[in-house]
Amino acid sequence: MSDTKLAAPELAAVEVKGMSREAFLMRGAIAAGSVYGLATVGPFVRQAIAQEGGGDVEIVNFALTLEYLEAAFYTEALKQVSGMGGEVKELATTLRDNEDEHVDALTATVKKLGGKPAAKPGVDFGNAFASESSFLKTSQTFEDLGVSAYNGAAPEIESKEVLGAAGGIVQVEARHAAAIRLARGEDITAGAFDKALSMKQVLAAAKPFIRS
Amino acid sequence: MEQQSSALEELQRDDSSRKRFLKMVGGAGAAGALAIFVAACGDDDEDEGASSGERKSTAAGGHTSDAEIVNYALTLEYLEADFYQQVIDSGEITDRKIVEAAKKIGENEQEHVDALEATARQLGAKVATKPTTKFDDVLAGGQDKILDTAATVENLGAAAYLGQAGNIRDPKILAAALSIHSVEARHAAALNTLVGKTIVPDGAFAKPASMDEVLKAVKPFIAS
Repeated sequence: MSDTKLAAPELAAVEVKGMSREAFLMRGAIAAGSVYGLATVGPFVRQAIAQEGGGDVEIVNFALTLEYLEAAFYTEALKQVSGMGGEVKELATTLRDNEDEHVDALTATVKKLGGKPAAKPGVDFGNAFASESSFLKTSQTFEDLGVSAYNGAAPEIESKEVLGAAGGIVQVEARHAAAIRLARGEDITAGAFDKALSMKQVLAAAKPFIRS
Repeated sequence: MEQQSSALEELQRDDSSRKRFLKMVGGAGAAGALAIFVAACGDDDEDEGASSGERKSTAAGGHTSDAEIVNYALTLEYLEADFYQQVIDSGEITDRKIVEAAKKIGENEQEHVDALEATARQLGAKVATKPTTKFDDVLAGGQDKILDTAATVENLGAAAYLGQAGNIRDPKILAAALSIHSVEARHAAALNTLVGKTIVPDGAFAKPASMDEVLKAVKPFIAS
């Protein structure tokens, strides 16, 4: 399990466990709570993610924040989207249930790592629930984003156990993404290789939906 | 699909049986694709050692190398790419939309093949031999059997990648494997939907499959 402490600036030049300097810098900056990426999403999320103890705790809290977002999205969708077709409703229900379980599991993981779990963020989904169509479109954004987030973060996870958990979750997010795309009549994939996004990129994409 | 011969059952249990099996399946002479990826299955348990000189032993301590994992994945991708090609060539699927979907999935798998071949070369490893496949039974079963098999194979592929994620040492190779893993998962979910199965057969957390499990499951599709 990771017990990596805050990076002192002079350590930034070091390669830690074969990790790239860039990745290490990113983690150090996140832990210091001063990174440009997190600043864009506001104090709440920044605080939730950036913690002493760094490393896996930050990554899991990052994932947890996204899962909270998704869980809230589907929960609200099921309440607010009128005229949701039977199959879409069933799909949304499955997705909500899965995301709820992800929230629970990641919360437990952070605790197990000795960290403080990110709290549920305030959310704002704008016009996403105006119709089944806008719901599905936003859902696709979330699920594809989730896949890219996990794929981006996973190589930096130190604990093999946490990596396994992340892998089991990202596969499910990818399944969600394909199902939503299928429901929309879209291609189930965006290319033969799913993109990895950095934490900064993911949080920037998620920012519009977070009210902190 | 699954026909457990006693030889296969033995394979799961006993290392010396595994070596005998390799000789049976791989034939004398150069290591076939199956042999190479079975060779990689030395991971957490016993110290694999060479099977009478037919193939290199795994690294000391029995840990699977990144190259072996890449070749393992490549073997599975060869199987998948070949499967979809045969399916399309057979003309067994009549629904045009499904044919389109199969084409796209097959194209994805071919890109995976290309990427993994390149990765194996980059690692300085011998690239796994393309296996000779055996899909006659599946094709003879018509559209339903084909789609069912496709779903099974994609779900298995996703589980296979997940099963190896924790064993990959190079973060760049891990990143590459993950970028493929999630695409296989997309395939699996779409095909599950097509055949009336749940998109998440394992629930909220996908389960990994070991090399042994995957080997056993794909053996019926490999002629040599």
